Amino acid sequence: MADRHPEPDSPALRARWGSFAWTPENATKAKEIIARYPAGRQRSAVMPLLDLAQRQVGAEENTQGWLPLPVMEYVAAQLDMPIIRVLEVATFYTMYNIAPIGRFHVQVCGTTPCMLRGSDDILASCKAKGMKKGHTTADGLFTLTEVECMGNCSSAPMVQINDDNYEDLTAERIEHILDELAAGRQPKTGTQEPGRHTVEPVGGPTSLTAMVSENHDYRGEW
Amino acid sequence: MPKVKVDGVELEVPAGATVLQACELAGKEIPRFCYHERLSIAGNCRMCLVEVKPGPPKPQASCALPASEGQEIRTDSEMVKKAREGVMEFLLINHPLDCPICDQGGECDLQDQSVAYGRGGSRYHEHKRAVTEKYMGPLIKTTMTRCIHCTRCVRFSEEIAGVDEIGALYRGETMQISTYLEKAAKHELSANVIDLCPVGALTSKPYAFEARPWELKKTLSIDVSDAIGANIRLDSRGREVLRILPRVNDDVNEEWLADRGRFMVDGLTRRRLDRPWLRRDGKLVAATWAEAFAAVASINPGPSVAVVAGDLVDCETMFAAKSLASALGSSLLEGRQTGMAYTTSSLAAVAFNSTLAGIEDADAILIVGSQVRNEAPLLNPRLRKAVKRGAKVFVIGPVWDTTFPATFLGDDAVTLANLPAEVADAFGAANKPAIIIGGAGLAKGALEAGLGFAARFNLVRDGWNGFNVLHMAAARMGGLMLGYAQPGGLADLVAAKPKMVISLGADEVDWTKFADSMIVHIGHHGDKAAHAADVILPAAAFSEKDGTYVNTEGRVQFAERAVFAPGEAREDWTIMRALADAFGVNVGFDSFEQLRAAMIAAVPALGVEGLADYGALPTAPASADCTGTIAYPIADPYLTNAIGRASPTLQRCSSELLHGELQAEAAE
Repeated sequence: MADRHPEPDSPALRARWGSFAWTPENATKAKEIIARYPAGRQRSAVMPLLDLAQRQVGAEENTQGWLPLPVMEYVAAQLDMPIIRVLEVATFYTMYNIAPIGRFHVQVCGTTPCMLRGSDDILASCKAKGMKKGHTTADGLFTLTEVECMGNCSSAPMVQINDDNYEDLTAERIEHILDELAAGRQPKTGTQEPGRHTVEPVGGPTSLTAMVSENHDYRGEW
Repeated sequence: MPKVKVDGVELEVPAGATVLQACELAGKEIPRFCYHERLSIAGNCRMCLVEVKPGPPKPQASCALPASEGQEIRTDSEMVKKAREGVMEFLLINHPLDCPICDQGGECDLQDQSVAYGRGGSRYHEHKRAVTEKYMGPLIKTTMTRCIHCTRCVRFSEEIAGVDEIGALYRGETMQISTYLEKAAKHELSANVIDLCPVGALTSKPYAFEARPWELKKTLSIDVSDAIGANIRLDSRGREVLRILPRVNDDVNEEWLADRGRFMVDGLTRRRLDRPWLRRDGKLVAATWAEAFAAVASINPGPSVAVVAGDLVDCETMFAAKSLASALGSSLLEGRQTGMAYTTSSLAAVAFNSTLAGIEDADAILIVGSQVRNEAPLLNPRLRKAVKRGAKVFVIGPVWDTTFPATFLGDDAVTLANLPAEVADAFGAANKPAIIIGGAGLAKGALEAGLGFAARFNLVRDGWNGFNVLHMAAARMGGLMLGYAQPGGLADLVAAKPKMVISLGADEVDWTKFADSMIVHIGHHGDKAAHAADVILPAAAFSEKDGTYVNTEGRVQFAERAVFAPGEAREDWTIMRALADAFGVNVGFDSFEQLRAAMIAAVPALGVEGLADYGALPTAPASADCTGTIAYPIADPYLTNAIGRASPTLQRCSSELLHGELQAEAAE
């Protein structure tokens, strides 16, 4: 965890991002976001604005997006708040990338339920594709991170890639997903189990079966 | 007023008190790290856990829990003991066991509390966290591995200093305290985080590895770097004062101290005048005391003598010099070195009447010609508090970076006479209006116009006096009480063309004006006046003599001697006594006690610690000539006096923080 560091402040970074400004669409969005909060409380908009900035950076350089220091300063200036407070927010939440990142940010859940369901295989598959934890592949396509529980335990194991979840994974399925992404196609998101829609029980319900089609009062049967 | 029971003892606590405060009122010690009386409540160290009924059956953080009617609080139960031991064990998981090489050792909250409340051993065998050092400027040394994340420093910089310099980055175990991009902390009160830090994470850089607290002699003294008169403690070992720390005095400095007052300590041992000097053929040459006195006596000026008091001198010194001058038949005394000549017929009109604590209650404040952060750094947090309570602040003078919302009305002093409508409205509606006239305002004649302002808006009312003058020199109010003021200011002394001018550490005077006089400099630093002097008589700095100081409020405070003056330097009053012999006159004292008794007999208020009574505010003169562009006198807030100018630490602050010069660090 301690290897998260902001990209160092350098003349090159300033030259590349020093002139960062909202695109016209994002400027409208930013205005709208700030307007959600009462006057004098504009600072509350720091999180959505950082997200918006991260997405704009991502769109500009065709990656998932990250937050260079000059961009954080831009947001701080817009919200009239001290830059250190913006940096605190950006370094606290791991969904803000504070260092350059690849096109796809592969976040593999390694918490207990996913681990029991085989997240080690998922990680191994990712590594077989040339990824390394905390690093971006040489082609700039994938950045691998191991994360804690993403709340998809009933369809474990899962990975989150950019804004989408891919669940019920096996080694083959994750390889297929990564290949599709690398080829520029959008694989099916959500569960990868054929016939499964969301997180309903696989192979039909095994408990509370009487309640499938109608309401049933179990209380008398206890 | 809820009634609570602490360890079986029932007591009534003020409404709004926390459980921690209730326990303290009951005389129980509650260990704590993050909680601090003057900062907001964070509740993140968990050290203050107590058992509270009614409530969930688990220990509660007492600092963040309001005391309410009928609570039964236990601080001595088995649960509390276990909870404290547990919290302490967690805190020590990542805290290095490097007390022997830590500067906080011996005065460390964590050290003390782990002895008192810890379990005596650790069960943790894994690796400890390590954190890289963070650069925080020339004053604050960081060892961030020792940080326990109490966030006191973050809260101080945000709430008291008002600059948001320090923040907590990352989270959980990897949380780190840092300034943005590790820039130096620049605020004039920044070093107070050293005192606030309960562990050795933030320590004093100039004082690093100098001494252990138990080796130091502690002497109570008064800060002379400005006219606030902050209460300080001089920590000395042998013949050297090693550091200056603030003392708690809610009426004056709360518990803060400006950086320049704290770090001018290393100036006390540098550039000192430690032997008499005589000017022979245009060059200063070392002399003996006998030669120096002979040279002074050879002039024998008679009544043609003038005395100029510097900014750092105590009342006893000024009174001794006054006695000497009057024994010679002169009353040419002046302390306003830069030539200001405001009326001093009523001292109530030149004092900070609202008091420093009282100004927090003001709801409309007009600052005329004062860069408060440079001139009185400790007043600024008070003004911030007033603004937080809803006060409106207006400033006449060039724009400076206030740490609170303020309206600048331009830098022409004439604005005071014809106020914009918004200011007049604000003051018309205010319950406790106040005006603060700074030195730059006084120089443009704002005193009379300010009195007019006071009369117009009824600044003096029941239980409130909103008329304030903010001085910059520690010696100013004492000097005015002792008559160190001529109607025409320093110009009167120049016009009198005295044969001899005695300088009491008067380093800010333009001495070229006294080219025809013999300049006898009684001072402690080889600063500006020493360059102009014909005779230098080495004297004691504020740390080397007992003395009485009067701050800008008119608060009389006593300072004590910590160490002896270096070399052949002597306490100032003894020099005056010896000069009297050289001139063959009688000054009426042979000991410091006699001197102080004579001074108190002449000005009784100087014998009573506390606020002097200057009577009622005088009526405003019919016409006031207040005009001109206001220019703040302090260009470099770190190098305002002779001691500060001699201090390498403050010189470095000035060059690095003020002028942005890069400092080369020695390779390690």
